[in-house]
Amino acid sequence: MSAIVAFREVGYTVGGRCILRGLNLEVERGETLVLLGRSGSGKTTALKMVNGLLQPGAGTVWVDGQETTAWDLIRLRRRIGYVIQDVGLFPHFTVARNVGLVPSLESWPEEKVRARVEELLQQVGLDPREFASRYPRALSGGQRQRVGVARALAADPPLLLFDEPFGALDPVTRVEIQALFVELRRTLGKSAIFVTHDVHEALRVSTRIAVLKGGAVETLTTPAEFRQAKGKEVEAFLACLD
Amino acid sequence: MPVWTEVLSLTWEHLGLVAIAMAVAIAVAIPAGIALAHRARAERWALGFAGILQTVPSLALFGFLIPIPMIGGIGKRTAVVALVLYALLPILRNTVAGIQGVDRAVRESAIAMGMTAGQLLRQVELPLAARTILAGVRIATVTTIGTATIAAAIGGGGLGVFIFRGVASVDSQQILAGAVPAAAMALAADGVLGWIERKFSPA
Repeated sequence: MSAIVAFREVGYTVGGRCILRGLNLEVERGETLVLLGRSGSGKTTALKMVNGLLQPGAGTVWVDGQETTAWDLIRLRRRIGYVIQDVGLFPHFTVARNVGLVPSLESWPEEKVRARVEELLQQVGLDPREFASRYPRALSGGQRQRVGVARALAADPPLLLFDEPFGALDPVTRVEIQALFVELRRTLGKSAIFVTHDVHEALRVSTRIAVLKGGAVETLTTPAEFRQAKGKEVEAFLACLD
Repeated sequence: MPVWTEVLSLTWEHLGLVAIAMAVAIAVAIPAGIALAHRARAERWALGFAGILQTVPSLALFGFLIPIPMIGGIGKRTAVVALVLYALLPILRNTVAGIQGVDRAVRESAIAMGMTAGQLLRQVELPLAARTILAGVRIATVTTIGTATIAAAIGGGGLGVFIFRGVASVDSQQILAGAVPAAAMALAADGVLGWIERKFSPA
């Protein structure tokens, strides 16, 4: 199996409400697959199944050729970077300690963690001398999300998950960070699943787009072919573009 | 007129009652609070029970405990048991509230980054809840210092000895000899614990 992530007939129901129904999807190595959908389309639920924050009610989710139920979840999660809208930086840790968390959990030597943190902060456009010892409360929203991205990359995971990561940022900062994301993806060659309800963002960051509706994929297309793609939900999203 | 040596020895005895009771209450309530924080049903039962204990008038609680075998009887042990029961609620409630108060996004990130349950507790939940937990310990300590004056009614000793003696003989100097050191002790405990609490400012 060459796909890094595969959903097979995945269903999920909570409190009698069906969130995912028969979701089938494969994520190839090196691609950035965007899950595009409205609120309630099941995109976040699907994402959380990849790192085992949720387990499917029906069907299976495969990561690196192994079912998530068979993975040691601690090991699985340390191989997957995770970035969410609220960032979730640890308020009592400095920026450096936040970024170096997974390497520290993996017991890297202290010197190596420090060097890695510096390298990462530079990659996301934050001067380590200025930011390493700051606490999250002394950062702007955009800086926080840059730290969030650096933290997700820290242990060099092959797969990244993004859950509407830039949704709370102002439009200018959002476009800057999207550009950073595209740049990092190009240089680092990571696989990524990126959840968003913003069609502009989907077109900007993706290599492929899966449009979700009612807990299943309605349309699977590329950003270049999105305007010609078929499907009611695609049309609805296209209407936002004009 | 009370003698200074007696004031000192009863203050010391009072401090001992409070210290033992608080040590036991902390040792029980903080681990219990940690265990209950993510168990909604058990948490409701435990907090409800601790809340009921709190509503029993202190003199009555001391009285109820006397006939119970093992923990009852006349003396210090019974007094300490009653003080522990009173101190449980504030510490338990604040431990639960402190841990539940940790930002959901922070908790979710910690889990998603591959922290084990123990790492989540030690590196994230406890440090972020520390200030709230300490606030509970502070409230419990200050109330316990006051409540411990009633221990004298069942032979537990402490500064209550002066107060009960003073009430019986309508001697306000005796009452003051018990009440003033107890109040000073409460203020001092409040100050010291408040200072420690502020050291744990949530970053």
